[in-house]
Amino acid sequence: MIATLLFYAFAAVLTVAALGVVTSKNPVHAAFFLVLAFFQSALLWLLIDAEFLAIVLVLVYVGAVMVLFLFVVMMLDINVEQLRQGYTRYLPLGVVVAGVVILEIVHVIWYRSQGLPILSVPTSHGPDYSNTKELGAVLYTEHVFAFEIAAVLLLLAIVAAITLTMRKRPGLKVQNIAEQVAVRSADRIRVVKVDAVTDAKD
Amino acid sequence: MITISHYLVLAAVLFSISVAGIFINRKNVILLLMCIELMLLAVNFNFIAFSRMLDDTLGQIFVFFILTVAAAEAAIGLAILVVLFRARQSVNVEELNSLKG
Repeated sequence: MIATLLFYAFAAVLTVAALGVVTSKNPVHAAFFLVLAFFQSALLWLLIDAEFLAIVLVLVYVGAVMVLFLFVVMMLDINVEQLRQGYTRYLPLGVVVAGVVILEIVHVIWYRSQGLPILSVPTSHGPDYSNTKELGAVLYTEHVFAFEIAAVLLLLAIVAAITLTMRKRPGLKVQNIAEQVAVRSADRIRVVKVDAVTDAKD
Repeated sequence: MITISHYLVLAAVLFSISVAGIFINRKNVILLLMCIELMLLAVNFNFIAFSRMLDDTLGQIFVFFILTVAAAEAAIGLAILVVLFRARQSVNVEELNSLKG
């Protein structure tokens, strides 16, 4: 009973947060609504015994990805008014498309699924069940290659993001280590012969 | 009681909201990226619900990899966005027409 109430509460907040992401004028507000949506999703995942992914969602998404979003949104000076033009023009189309998609999927899930196991209540695991342990047991054995490819993908993302945003500003003073090491004394010291001045005044 | 289909319907609603968001925020690249994140979240809901229904952890493993790929995608997408803003002083999709596509 209490799980049902919690589900409906979290689902309501999640829907409102998603609507907030879509409709808010300010991209910063949209980012904060998205953070709220991620938190609600993590709570909903906790309700169906996916604890590890719930924690990962909060750590990775709220902790890293959304902070990155907020950094970028605040760093760029975006003209919101210009981007809002045509908003009301496409609003009916978006609402119609979303409504049709919802109706179709709900029709399939709710009314065409008599006797299918998606209408079953999932049996809860016991208190000794560890979702993290179970995932780790297969992640590092059966799926170890996929795991390593994911690690390489993250490395690739780091390299790509850094090379894309790195730029050489003119007038920036940086060291050139190779040039400094390869320097010889002849490059630095110039011996100049100067004749002594002889016709000094009396 | 909460069944698997409750989760599936919630995921469908979330996905539709983000589809509508792509329609109505079609000029702002940042909001488009956020809507894509929301879509991936909705898909993850389906994976976790079905993983729970079938009592198979493979669905949750898949969600783990989706989260990885989505994080990489967000990092590269935002890097491209920063480069784009530096070049054009705007994130308006309609101004990105130099390829005449």
